Amino acid sequence: METTAVKSPRQKKVHEYNRLTSASPLAQALIHCVFILFCAICVLPFIFVVIISFTADASLVEKGYSFFPSAWSLEGYANAFKAGRQLWVSLFNSCLVTVVGTVLATAMTALYSYAIYRREYKYRSFFTWLNFITMVFGGGLVPTIIVCKMLGMDNNYAALIVPALLNPFNVIIMRAFYQSSIPYDIVEAAYIDGCGEWRSFFDVVLPVAKPGVATIALLNMLMYWNDWQLAQIYIRNDSLMPLQRLLMRMQENASLILQNSGMPSVQIGAIPTENLRMALCVILVVPIACAYPFFQRYIVKGLTVGAVKG
Amino acid sequence: MSGNLKTPENITENMMEWSAGTQKVPAMHKWFAKNKRNLAFTAMVLPGALWLILLRYLPMFGIPIAFKTFQGPDAFYQRTHSYLADIFVNPAREWTLSNYEALFRSPTTWCAIRNTVCYNLFYIVVGTIIAVAFAIMLNELTRRFVAKTYQTLMFFPYFLSWVVASYFFMAFLQDGKGILDTPSINFYTTAEPWPIIIIISFIWKMTGYSTVLYLASITSIDTMQYEAASIDGASKWQQIWTITIPNLRPIILILFIMNIGKVFNSDISQFWQLPLDGGIGRVPEFTETLDTLVYRLGINGLSMNMGLSTAVSFLQNVVGFVFIMLSNAVVRRIDRDSSLF
Repeated sequence: METTAVKSPRQKKVHEYNRLTSASPLAQALIHCVFILFCAICVLPFIFVVIISFTADASLVEKGYSFFPSAWSLEGYANAFKAGRQLWVSLFNSCLVTVVGTVLATAMTALYSYAIYRREYKYRSFFTWLNFITMVFGGGLVPTIIVCKMLGMDNNYAALIVPALLNPFNVIIMRAFYQSSIPYDIVEAAYIDGCGEWRSFFDVVLPVAKPGVATIALLNMLMYWNDWQLAQIYIRNDSLMPLQRLLMRMQENASLILQNSGMPSVQIGAIPTENLRMALCVILVVPIACAYPFFQRYIVKGLTVGAVKG
Repeated sequence: MSGNLKTPENITENMMEWSAGTQKVPAMHKWFAKNKRNLAFTAMVLPGALWLILLRYLPMFGIPIAFKTFQGPDAFYQRTHSYLADIFVNPAREWTLSNYEALFRSPTTWCAIRNTVCYNLFYIVVGTIIAVAFAIMLNELTRRFVAKTYQTLMFFPYFLSWVVASYFFMAFLQDGKGILDTPSINFYTTAEPWPIIIIISFIWKMTGYSTVLYLASITSIDTMQYEAASIDGASKWQQIWTITIPNLRPIILILFIMNIGKVFNSDISQFWQLPLDGGIGRVPEFTETLDTLVYRLGINGLSMNMGLSTAVSFLQNVVGFVFIMLSNAVVRRIDRDSSLF
């Protein structure tokens, strides 16, 4: 967007082009209607859950879930933060796993795909195939669990991080990023100038490939934050449970969050749990809802590169 | 390096020769100097390669479990159990096809296969049509800011986990409380509404994602084509059918064929979380897919049957492999540059 008040010939041309090719005002209005409707459908469930989380228990008993509750209250959040020690534990676990997992996974993916991107690497095609084959063939769930447990990933943080470290598809996306964003001359120039491969990776390639690394990091972050399967398979202790798994288990036992809070069970039974678990749901979504408008462009970039280069 | 003196390799070699002339260089050093680059690259690849070998290739040796009987909660998941010995050496474990016999005799398997394939085909056809239509419409809007806002809002569900999505749907469907709930029907114990719920949830969650995908390739179309068409008097509809769609054809085709290759796979999170299978619900008729079957048989304490679970995942792998090879061959024939390998 240019800020000059005078319309340059180029701008005028763009304007003309738009007039020539855009749909008629009526069609535009129709399109707006379709999108407003669909966007409402996309966002409405979240708003609904937010409303439920602020609904007073009396209203829930009387009317069920409703967009217009008869009474509002903060008791869901109050109970979640005050009584639910499990919430803090799980929040900590989720954050820890997401941060550590994202850093490790991104580093591993960036390095692996860089090596198989470089034409000079003697074993390039071998490692490309090593990665690719796992995309079309695998051992299956049970053998993977057995191997992971054999390797010591059982009821510990490693079990939440290590089994998902490398995604073969991300390696392919990252390699496509290198291919499309780095002029090959600069890596060769760096080498001729006496730059070691590690140094040229960190000083020459990485600054150029930053958007690609950001994309991979975000994909990994999303994967770790949203994961529930690893926790269900490997974790037995509540103290290691991440948020998604906690939320999932609250489907069957909504008062789970209040355990370990030192309250007698009679008191736990008295605490309303419908708004409590919706509050937890909101707590899980809010970080994503706040952050995704800013990082969506990276994801879009990753999607397009990944889909085209496959 | 064909005798060209200016290549870096030769310079290194020459330097080695010069230094060798003045003082003796051990063979080890020479080898290191020669392979310095390959060593650096190998060091980069090593963590990932190690991971792939340990966590992707090692489990492939567990495939024989599909051809042995392992029923019920087994000592197998214990860390101390030496599973390779149990699979390959233990004479008590006989090779058998009984898992596959049981599998193909059971109606549950056929139900899961039907669901997996049907949902996938539906997703491919309807999902593509909706996404392409949305992308075209979004591209027609003149106010870029508004279009961007729509795009952002539509993208929102994609970033949520299916656990959260299941709560969103619960707010509408839960028995006695949900806003769509009627006294005559309990959504979580009735099978019939589930195909619709599954499809709606898929469209709700994935449309933003695929719309963005197609929009990106629409915006990369050369605008000269549209200008020429409108000068020739082509209407909006004609432009869409003769310019936009043909330009989108390659990517539609590639995604279509890639998805066909995954027709035996499903997103386990969706099918496990939405019907609350991890919790209170249990209506397998239209929500059981091959992946949930593998999961149920593989980790669930009561119905645990590792042999059967591995048999299903091996079947999935074989079919997936064949389909990917086939679809790749087709892509190759249509458009060589777009093929996977």
